Amino acid sequence: MTRRLSFFNVTSLVIGFAFLYLPILLLVVYSFNASRLVTVWGGFSTQWYVALFRNQALMEAAWVTLRIALLSATLATVLGTLAALALTRYGRFTGRTLFTGMVYAPMVMPEVITGLSLLLFFVAIGLDRGFWTITLAHTTLTMCFVTVVVQSRLMTFDRSLEEAAMDLGAPPLRTFFSVTLPLIAPSIVAGFLLAFTLSLDDLVIASFNTGPGATTLPIRIYSQVRLGLSPEVNAASTILIGIVALGVTTATLLSKRSLLRSQRNIH
Amino acid sequence: MTPRPSFSKKLAESLVPAVPYLWLGLFFLVPFLIVFKISLSDPAVAQPPYKPTFEWGDIVGFFQGLDLENFELLTSDDLYFSATLSSVRIAGISTVLLLLVGFPIAYAMARAPVRYRSLLVALIILPFWTSFLIRIYAWIAILKPEGLLNQALIGLGVIGEPLTILNTEAAVFIGIVYAYLPFMVLPLYATLEKMDDTLLEAALDLGSTPWRAFWTITVPLAMPGIIAGSLLCFIPAVGEFVIPDLLGGSETLMIGRQLWSEFFSNRDWPLASAVAILLLIVLVVPIVIYRDVESRRVETRA
Repeated sequence: MTRRLSFFNVTSLVIGFAFLYLPILLLVVYSFNASRLVTVWGGFSTQWYVALFRNQALMEAAWVTLRIALLSATLATVLGTLAALALTRYGRFTGRTLFTGMVYAPMVMPEVITGLSLLLFFVAIGLDRGFWTITLAHTTLTMCFVTVVVQSRLMTFDRSLEEAAMDLGAPPLRTFFSVTLPLIAPSIVAGFLLAFTLSLDDLVIASFNTGPGATTLPIRIYSQVRLGLSPEVNAASTILIGIVALGVTTATLLSKRSLLRSQRNIH
Repeated sequence: MTPRPSFSKKLAESLVPAVPYLWLGLFFLVPFLIVFKISLSDPAVAQPPYKPTFEWGDIVGFFQGLDLENFELLTSDDLYFSATLSSVRIAGISTVLLLLVGFPIAYAMARAPVRYRSLLVALIILPFWTSFLIRIYAWIAILKPEGLLNQALIGLGVIGEPLTILNTEAAVFIGIVYAYLPFMVLPLYATLEKMDDTLLEAALDLGSTPWRAFWTITVPLAMPGIIAGSLLCFIPAVGEFVIPDLLGGSETLMIGRQLWSEFFSNRDWPLASAVAILLLIVLVVPIVIYRDVESRRVETRA
């Protein structure tokens, strides 16, 4: 059945997507502005990118942020995948209700609460605030998102493949690594990327748990924005948007290819 | 029949739920208990800036040290009450606006030809991947008095004088609707996509007006998506900090902002903890409903 969209439907899509994308587009365009005023166009220039790479403080913050994001996303992917396996493959274990509660709650919990409670915890156990406290905090938040992404894949896949491997005598661990893992790999990659960008992006939780020498990019950008708009921040944002766009496109292509491959193997 | 697993195998298997369980218990549950504890203690000019209410082995001293002073302050000072009320109001209005903006988009996506649908979903999700802070920052340049929106409106001759939007509540609404739109559209789309069109056709054949068919068929069927999307937007919006701080004015009271300033400006950690508990109490009912809706949705899909 082919349907044509009504005029009203097309209009709401066009306006909706314009609303979503126009602000980002304007930000990117104005990062190439020659004028120091962010809202007045003064010709094309890449001077803000040059200034950005000369800005020692911003570069250092970017490096710290990248390291925290990589480390916490890796930890979160392992923990989140285990949690997803526990929720889909272990049936009703003791304390399951508490467990699902702890997986879903951090995702909707206001960040100010999560940030404050983790900070008080780190102070109580006497851990110095800095790189590691932000990493642990981000791992805790993002593992829940990884869990949901991996869980939805685990629930839709054909369990008879796992059962066949077991029937043929493969031990559970081997079954996991040679059957389950390859099948859920795209969702694990997606979960990792989600955890990575969430960590890259976080201002509130990082602000609570930061310490000397661990100023992340969002903290740096936030303090600059409070002083007024600066074209350098536009340039930094554009680079971040570029990295994310590249990552998302790669992930989409990868998952499409693996989907095609697995379909070919089945037919 | 699978053979009985050996003890070491059982141990290895029980590690799968145990490791994430312990992690969340340690880094999510325990910190909450500490917030409760510190909200009952007194501030001190020290590092960390609160008096410990608990010394190991000192049970009597522990109970004597606890008091509700911070909560008494919260109830006696109007500021916290009005901040809570205003957070709920702003989040509530934003959620209604999100429904009004999100529903037509989700509806059109669900009506679109099947081959375009996954592209449309990807386009809705994509902005979510770019920095939240940057997306809010982008609106400052648009909403400023000499910003791009005012330039455009004056250029078109719609208005003569620039409108003051930035640093008002209107800017906060725009920011929340913009940042949370994917969270509203996706659950709505998920329910609308499954809807059976023949029901609408039957209603129209039987002489119902399109408007009536919409309210008596489409809306009730989309209810699970409406509830999920609304909660997914309302809960974090109540505790929002970045949006009211960057787009709102100094008179835009929100509880997340209050917590931030008690912590960072006044350095009163016990009071900040008490504000966190207050925020949690406000959100406990919607969070429980959300968890319920979510686990039911996951179970019906499985």
